[in-house]
Amino acid sequence: MNGAAIALAAAVRSGTRSARESVEESLQKIATGDHEIHAFLEVLADQALERADEIDRVVASGSDPGPLAGVPVALKDNLCTTGIPTTCSSKILEGWRPPYDATVVERLRAAGAIPIGKTNMDEFAMGSSTENSCSGPTRNPHDHDRVPGGSSGGSAAAVAAGFVPVALGSDTGGSIRQPAALCGVVGMKPTYGVVSRYGLIAFASSLDQIGPLSATVGDAALMLEVIGGHDRRDSTSLDAPAPDVLSAVDAGVEGKRIGLVTELVEDTAPEVAARVREAAEALESAGALVEEISIPQFRYGLAAYYLIAPAEASSNLARFDGVRFGLRVDAPDVAAMNVATRTAGFGAEVKRRIMLGTYALSAGYYDAYYAKAQRVRTLVADGFAHAYLRFDALLGATTPTTAFGIGDRTEDPLAMYLSDSCTVPANLAGHPAISVPFGGDEMGLPVGVQVMAPALGEPTLFAVAGAVERAAPARAGGTA
Amino acid sequence: MTDTGLAQGWEMVIGLEVHCELATRTKLFCGCPNAFGDEPNTNVCPVCLGLPGSLPVLNRHAVELAMRIGTALHCEIRPSTFHRKNYFYPDMPKDFQISQYDAPINTGGRLELPDGSTVGIERAHLEEDTGKTTHIGGTGRIGGADYALVDYNRAGVPLVEIVSAPDVRSAAQARAYAGELRSILIATGASDGRMEEGSMRVDANVSVRRHGEPLGTRCEIKNLNSMRSLLRAITFEADRQVAQLESGERIVQETRHWDEGEGRTLSMRSKEEANDYRYFPEPDLVALVPDSRWQADVAASLGPLPAARRAILVGLLGGEPSPAQIDQIRSVVASDLDAIVTSACELGAPPALALARTANEVAANADRAASLDAGSFAKLLALESGGELSATQAKEVLAGLLANGGDPAEIAKTLGFESMRADDLAAVVAGVIDAHPGEWEKFADGDPKVAGFLTGQVMKASGGKANGKAVAAELARLRSGAGT
Amino acid sequence: MSGGDARPPSKPPAIGPEQVAHVARLARLELSDDELTRFTGQLAAALAYAAEIGELEVGDLEPMAHPLPLQNVLRDDEPEPTLDRDTVLAEAPAAEDHRFRVPRILGDEP
Repeated sequence: MNGAAIALAAAVRSGTRSARESVEESLQKIATGDHEIHAFLEVLADQALERADEIDRVVASGSDPGPLAGVPVALKDNLCTTGIPTTCSSKILEGWRPPYDATVVERLRAAGAIPIGKTNMDEFAMGSSTENSCSGPTRNPHDHDRVPGGSSGGSAAAVAAGFVPVALGSDTGGSIRQPAALCGVVGMKPTYGVVSRYGLIAFASSLDQIGPLSATVGDAALMLEVIGGHDRRDSTSLDAPAPDVLSAVDAGVEGKRIGLVTELVEDTAPEVAARVREAAEALESAGALVEEISIPQFRYGLAAYYLIAPAEASSNLARFDGVRFGLRVDAPDVAAMNVATRTAGFGAEVKRRIMLGTYALSAGYYDAYYAKAQRVRTLVADGFAHAYLRFDALLGATTPTTAFGIGDRTEDPLAMYLSDSCTVPANLAGHPAISVPFGGDEMGLPVGVQVMAPALGEPTLFAVAGAVERAAPARAGGTA
Repeated sequence: MTDTGLAQGWEMVIGLEVHCELATRTKLFCGCPNAFGDEPNTNVCPVCLGLPGSLPVLNRHAVELAMRIGTALHCEIRPSTFHRKNYFYPDMPKDFQISQYDAPINTGGRLELPDGSTVGIERAHLEEDTGKTTHIGGTGRIGGADYALVDYNRAGVPLVEIVSAPDVRSAAQARAYAGELRSILIATGASDGRMEEGSMRVDANVSVRRHGEPLGTRCEIKNLNSMRSLLRAITFEADRQVAQLESGERIVQETRHWDEGEGRTLSMRSKEEANDYRYFPEPDLVALVPDSRWQADVAASLGPLPAARRAILVGLLGGEPSPAQIDQIRSVVASDLDAIVTSACELGAPPALALARTANEVAANADRAASLDAGSFAKLLALESGGELSATQAKEVLAGLLANGGDPAEIAKTLGFESMRADDLAAVVAGVIDAHPGEWEKFADGDPKVAGFLTGQVMKASGGKANGKAVAAELARLRSGAGT
Repeated sequence: MSGGDARPPSKPPAIGPEQVAHVARLARLELSDDELTRFTGQLAAALAYAAEIGELEVGDLEPMAHPLPLQNVLRDDEPEPTLDRDTVLAEAPAAEDHRFRVPRILGDEP
């Protein structure tokens, strides 16, 4: 199995490479490259070097610092980090220093990983291009005039640009997989409940999952094994250890039944559809049984998603009121202060979604919008359940198109929302899904192929993803 | 209960909403201490401060206390879910409250009052408390203040809100309901029921109607911090509504604030538009499903409830209790002191005396009641009933017993309360008779009313050392002597 | 799963500027006239798209509030460490007397 993080950790644990060297190299690449890309909001150079030295001392003393020893990791800026600004790319949280670490951050540290910085994102993870950031957009390392996707665009770009071997993102409607596809890296959303959400600043609680972005499928598996598993601080965390996925990556797909989802091929750009079909053929050559299946329920997923997610967000984002933390814009009374603070602190897309969600929940419309969307969610889950009677995993595109230009979709929210059409169904059902780079379009822009599996089907997911990765052609445009 | 005190032909219709803070060690959704009176903002964590990224995890003991309340109120305990009630307020850290909405844990029960009447219970659900706001400067009142300060120690403390049916028909019945509910909360260990500390808060929905007419428009009265204000506020509000209706005006449905100092309810006149709480299922929590086994365990952990405990005391007395004894029984059970009475009686103490001493002297020193040894208490009651200690002396010995423990006979000796010798007593009685010849004559003629007077004089002259029974016996002996 | 032609779909009325202004008030946001116009158009478009599901016959399906069939996730009633007050109040926009300071409050708790 290949993997930059796997190799690096092995080298650090065996003492053939120091953690300090690894961190210095990462910092050096960020220093030379990130002024163009803008993947990072904050680089933690001093802390990272200090931590690297600690890890080197642990190795020198003959102890094992853990499976991610000395591996620099980029963290999406919606993951809480003690004493380190955590802003969600929002003015309303500028300068806020959480008094606690997210569970995933704790686990990464405990495994010897070294947080190297906080990455740019769409404000509060609302967006598909990382253009909705109060500190400006991140650029796609493959073409600086194009978006990296979003909302975990900073994390995807940081991996694609080679700044770090691995990063964490969060995926509510595709926010890990979509930027992974657009940046030509691996991005994985676990089964809802496999990774603790404690310390992830919520966008839509019933859909959010934290997951890895990495250059290889193997590295994503290693990351999932480190961050996954039960956490008593998250009531929705499954009471089970992290899934055993590293060993699955090279397991092959002999005899696996894989469904090629019509709706996730037909509604995509021709070159994207072509790559997906090639991936399907490659899996067949590797011994899988591939058949096409239509899941018409998927077509309603996006509409349901754009009611459920804003509704939950409208409530999750109420706490940004200028009372306890973050921005305050003064006013003579507390209600006016709330209004002034939120009006100045939130960007346009966040306001739009807060209002959409508030409306969907308000008296008189709850049944027509929110309750109905929850039923459609059941409908989508039924569609999956039906498909999984026949298949072990499903295959389709991750995104309808390759990376689009910066500014192309900012004036038309609905066009932007359509970027999530292929990824949303897995969030609605709570199933695991992964995007694996598979060639490119004629301009050399990466294409991502999406693999989906039933709840807790991570081992199958990684087996199929590993096979897709091994069959992936080189991209025309070369490397970023 | 029909003594509404209302104008002829009118009837009150009252529903009560009682919020009680549960007696858990920690808050509803986090491990912060649930404590009253600590330094501000010391019992806080990311969860109860509503910091971004934090998540709630439900406290098992809070759920069990809610189930105890439901069981005691004969509710159906059901699978339930939590919802978010969305509104902005600075004492609400997340700007939504986690509460129960269309699937509360307890539904459809009843509460039987000591007078035999029954009030329906619509629901008793779990929710989290808010922080505490202090208004500073200006008039010091809300709206008139310069600014406010917020302490989140109370934010997230577990509450059960108990909603009655509109079955209550008088202020006195409302008070009886609140009192009986309070006894149940204490008896089940669900809450300390301290109204003065806000552990138990009562809101009253009050409307009036002419007998036989449909329900009138109701007003919700808030800020009822004691049983007394509950009684006064409802009486005031019902009178206000009747006066308004009789003068041809309408009642506007609104929330009214009870002003204890002014003795009246005031409209809060919120200019805000109608509330729209946008309830939806709390996605950070999962369903709560109390299965029958869990319910049975909770039911088994419940001791006897106040009504049954009162019945035990009535049984001990044997025969119909006097009105004073009914009050004593009610208060002893309400203050959770009835075990003291029953244990003393098991050790042979006379029930009426045990009850009276518990309801008065022990209750007055309730903080020390837990340290009172049943054997010592029974022994003291035996000394008193046997005539070796006067009532006054017994009370003093009991005070010593409550303060420091010990043997009642020893305490009595230390206090110099050894029984008067018979000849000393005879001398004191003779002195009193000499000093009050007129009263003595009446007594000798068989007028029982002066017996108390003479006994009192003897007590006084003996410095409280004389025993009442011995005095009575001596007086009777002398009277029979006088007759010969 | 067909367009319901037997029964009119429960489609709410189109959203206009008044509703948008009302929603903004509920959400404690202030919109300029310009924003109000723009947001009304954008929200109407998003809702029209969402209304696609309005035609679905899903009345017999259970609403899915949650992807997991978990129940009774409970914690023991054991105290855990609290946050240091100075750390907490250092993040407050304004604090006084160990408490969070806010401008005066005009209305009572709803």
